[in-house]
Amino acid sequence: MHIELRQIRKYFGPVKANDGISLTFESGRIYGLLGENGAGKSTLMKILSGYQPPDDGEILIDGQPQRFASPAEALGSGIGMLYQDPLDFPPFRIGENYLLGRNKRLFLNLKAAHRELSELSRRYGFSLDLQSNIDNLSLGERQQLELVRLLVGGAQLLILDEPTTGISAEQKDVLFESILRLAREEGKTVILVSHKLDEVQELCGHAYVLQRGVFVGEASVPCLNETLVEMMFDQVPDRRERSPYALGEPVLELKDLTVSTYRLSVENVNLQVCAGEVFGLAGLEGSGQRLVLQACAGLLKPEQGKISFDGHDVRGWGYHRLQRAGMAYVAAGRLEEGLVAGLTLSEHVILAQPEHSFLVDWTSARKKTEARIEKYRIVGIPDTTADALSGGNQQRLLFALLNDPLKLILLEHPTRGLDIRSSDWIWELLYRRRADGTAILFMSADLDEVIERSDRIAVFSGGKMSRIVDARQTSVDELGHLIGGQV
Amino acid sequence: MNVRRGIVIAWPVLPIVGALAFTSILLMSFGSSPIESFQAMYQGAFGDRSKTLSVLAFWIPLMLSSTGLLVTFTAGLWNIGVEGQIVMGAIAASWIALRVNAPAPVMIALEVMMAMAAGALWGGLSAILKTRGRVHEIFSGLALNNLAIILTNYLISGPWQPPEGGTFRGTQPFQAAALLPRLGESRFSPLSLVFTIVAFALVVIALRGTFWGLKLKALGKNLRSAFLLGVSSEREAILAMLFCGALAGLGGAVRVLSWFDSLRQSISGGIGFLALLVVMLASFRIFWVPLVAFFFSAVLNGSITLQLRTQLHSSLGGILTGVMVLFVLLFGDLQKIGLGLRKKPHEQQ
Amino acid sequence: MNNSEIVLVLASIVLQATPLIIAVCGETITERAGVINLSLDGTMLMAAMTGFVVGLKTDSLWFGFLAAAAVGGLFALIVAFGSIRLRQSQVAIGFVLTLLGDDLSAFLGQNYTRVPGPTIKHFAIPVLKDIPILGPIFFNHDPAVYFAFVLIGLTWLLLYRTQPGLHLRGAGERPEAAFARGVNVNRIRYLYSIVGGMLVGIAGAVYSFDIKIGWSEGHTRGLGWIALAIVIFGGWSPIRGALGALMFGATKALATYLQKAFPGVSVVAFNSIPWLLMIAVLLLVGGEATERVIVIMPKPVQRPLRRILRVAPPMALGTTFGDQ
Repeated sequence: MHIELRQIRKYFGPVKANDGISLTFESGRIYGLLGENGAGKSTLMKILSGYQPPDDGEILIDGQPQRFASPAEALGSGIGMLYQDPLDFPPFRIGENYLLGRNKRLFLNLKAAHRELSELSRRYGFSLDLQSNIDNLSLGERQQLELVRLLVGGAQLLILDEPTTGISAEQKDVLFESILRLAREEGKTVILVSHKLDEVQELCGHAYVLQRGVFVGEASVPCLNETLVEMMFDQVPDRRERSPYALGEPVLELKDLTVSTYRLSVENVNLQVCAGEVFGLAGLEGSGQRLVLQACAGLLKPEQGKISFDGHDVRGWGYHRLQRAGMAYVAAGRLEEGLVAGLTLSEHVILAQPEHSFLVDWTSARKKTEARIEKYRIVGIPDTTADALSGGNQQRLLFALLNDPLKLILLEHPTRGLDIRSSDWIWELLYRRRADGTAILFMSADLDEVIERSDRIAVFSGGKMSRIVDARQTSVDELGHLIGGQV
Repeated sequence: MNVRRGIVIAWPVLPIVGALAFTSILLMSFGSSPIESFQAMYQGAFGDRSKTLSVLAFWIPLMLSSTGLLVTFTAGLWNIGVEGQIVMGAIAASWIALRVNAPAPVMIALEVMMAMAAGALWGGLSAILKTRGRVHEIFSGLALNNLAIILTNYLISGPWQPPEGGTFRGTQPFQAAALLPRLGESRFSPLSLVFTIVAFALVVIALRGTFWGLKLKALGKNLRSAFLLGVSSEREAILAMLFCGALAGLGGAVRVLSWFDSLRQSISGGIGFLALLVVMLASFRIFWVPLVAFFFSAVLNGSITLQLRTQLHSSLGGILTGVMVLFVLLFGDLQKIGLGLRKKPHEQQ
Repeated sequence: MNNSEIVLVLASIVLQATPLIIAVCGETITERAGVINLSLDGTMLMAAMTGFVVGLKTDSLWFGFLAAAAVGGLFALIVAFGSIRLRQSQVAIGFVLTLLGDDLSAFLGQNYTRVPGPTIKHFAIPVLKDIPILGPIFFNHDPAVYFAFVLIGLTWLLLYRTQPGLHLRGAGERPEAAFARGVNVNRIRYLYSIVGGMLVGIAGAVYSFDIKIGWSEGHTRGLGWIALAIVIFGGWSPIRGALGALMFGATKALATYLQKAFPGVSVVAFNSIPWLLMIAVLLLVGGEATERVIVIMPKPVQRPLRRILRVAPPMALGTTFGDQ
């Protein structure tokens, strides 16, 4: 199968997500599609897989122009896409999830579905517990299930969107092995969408690079990392060296902490974060690090153990009491958890202030907001509503709402969706808070970020916390092993 | 472009025209002339001074409830229980009126306070069931409405039955000192107008200028984010419901102490539900609320006259207002239905 | 109370629950597809009135039911259209339609109050009716009751055992994933809103042909709200929903019985039972207290208890999908 994209264009308002991109894909090969956040990779792949139509341009399969009204139609033509967040149905049983849209028979044959599934997963080296519901599976298993579904549906071209984010090292190995086999033995075309150069180097034979909605270059891989980096960025960002910082007294102390929800329980967590320290939590999504953060923020009641904050035993303190005592929590959800769509920037600033009068002083609030907009480089004015900001600006607004001074900042994925320069700036501002003796505890799915920004690191795997490692002496490899559950 | 602009200008009139057309068809299908019927309704609302005063007297509890609902709607709460809050206010005021003997000012102060407390209690109950029990306020409110009505019926047919025997229709008329002073022979009490104006002014200030108003606004738009920003969702939700309940309770007191002179079987008569429609029709725009409430009050009063004159069921007024709100809900937002003067992409930002 | 009396009470519970079961099945289907039709109370009133009047005028129950189903479908269509095409709040539209249905039924039915009309003929199912105890409770009724039984099974079969059922639930759980599998989410939502609404309409007509025969203002008032609460209590499952409906049917039948047993207690006390029960069941499936009780239970029973007592709505319930 020979696939050609010709002059694909897709605009979202003033944003040119894809601005005339032309690429070709041959069967039996593995391609890497590289680019920064916002380069237009996902948009292009969503167009190719039928999730959204292009504004202009065409898709040719073996020379024939095609138009897809839905991903199902694209799959019918042999194009299947595995999304970062698999498009499955969490409350469904595996068999039901597999059968939805599979055929036109009126009644479901779950037994036959299970037979098919177990045969296929054996063939591709996956191991699945067919009796469980989708929401009991790990992200890696859900990916495997989707992959099987796409292959059965007749996919000749597989698009994998950041498939290794959030899965374990072993699952990654299984995935890569099956991708290689699919390309070599079954002649499938594979497109790996990623911003991780190592993975592209390891798996792909050819790489296309996008930048700001435009195709900017290609290379045969493996090649020098620098070659790819130069194409991805206008200029290669240099990594900042952090000045060493003398740590102060412990601000946050967890002793034998046990937190659980009915999905997961995290047991016996012991750690200490000192004034001025940046402590990173790594691990797959849903391994328990978020529960620990939420327990520290007073959003989740610990089952056992002790949490001390600034010398107080804070078991039983609610979120708002901790907030008043100098704790801040920045969740990952932006418009779901943190910002209010429909409220203006000034209104956010007023709400986030620790002290307020009965009547609102709009003039001074405006001034304060203008100062924050300037400091955090937000593209907007005090009367802009939060939902009118772009994703990166929303993220910056979240940080602009943090008060001064703070004793402890808890962060979830602090720079998700930001480009490298913005995240450098955000971290720069966070480091400046060290002078106030602020302790920072953060979690991130990006191992590079965890290693680069933290002083010390703990890794979570299946609800267990690893030993604590020194960020200067660790490597992505070591953390990868810890994430996989090895000690 | 001119056609479009024409549509935009004519748009607000459309719901009114639609509702009139719909009710006209109904009237014609019952063999009545729409024009005569609407004239009768108009006469019933504004035919003479006493009728106009009746519209005003009906407007007051409606306005009090709508004002309260502005607060709960801002906080994102569907306070359907407002009907029951009115009824509880009426019951509490009646309790004082029947059981206490004191000079008029003391009586009225006591009645008003008790009515507000009872309405607030009913509203607070709904709020606690929501925050603590995760029971949606629509369901708790509905159940509490019915329980309040059942309680009224129990009181009328039981402990508060008139001495001459229960007719299931109401208690005996209250003593003169218990009633709100009324204007002449009408049901309109100037004092209740003062209550209404004060309540409305307070709510305007609260929602526009206070930190509390801003917190409610945040809460109504995004509960989780508001919480993380430091707003105690539980506390503010309860406060908003207490506030609304108190105003609705006051409305209930006005019903028994000036519209009627006793506790009756259907003491609210759907004023709470009507108030929900008022706020929805005004699209939560605060200064439209008094006007819309006045219009509804006129329609409802007019349709009662219509029933007396033509034997047509008075629910016609409810249909007229209901269809109007439905039209506004469905087609009111020009942007959403794609007819608005939408900016072209390059004009944005 | 002797045995035959108990059987009679139980049989009357089944009869009382019949319109509720039908309405609950209808609304369960609608909500499973992701649409909340809050207009049930108004829809049932309109359908009960329309069904009765059409049945009376045409002297045909069939036309009566057909008209009731059409009214129910139309109300549901307004909710679906308003939410899917016009992107307005389902709750707001549903609520306004509730009030409108109430007033409209009162106005249109004003000349037909307390007029005698057609009823559904009693029909005991041969053989089955002779089963001891169960026979007289379940199979000594009329076709409307049997229709409700069959409907429970059909609804369950549709939702859990067929491909269209997967499409339906998929649209309600994760519309974007359903779209990726080739499901036309909005068409599905229109379809099952209307199907659900038609069943609610039939439920209204069953009430005026079978339970409280005839029409009067506010004939079925409150029933629609109770059905909505049962859908939640039933965890969006037709079988659990039917059990909930039977429970509410029982309060009605029981009230009649208790009134005879305790003549001293005021009638109004019994009227409050359904509303108290409504709050109680919603507290049970949603409240914190339940979780506290579950936590102190021995570990092995916690999971099954949670499965029984806690319910989760379809993930995309009440949301809109797509550009149109």
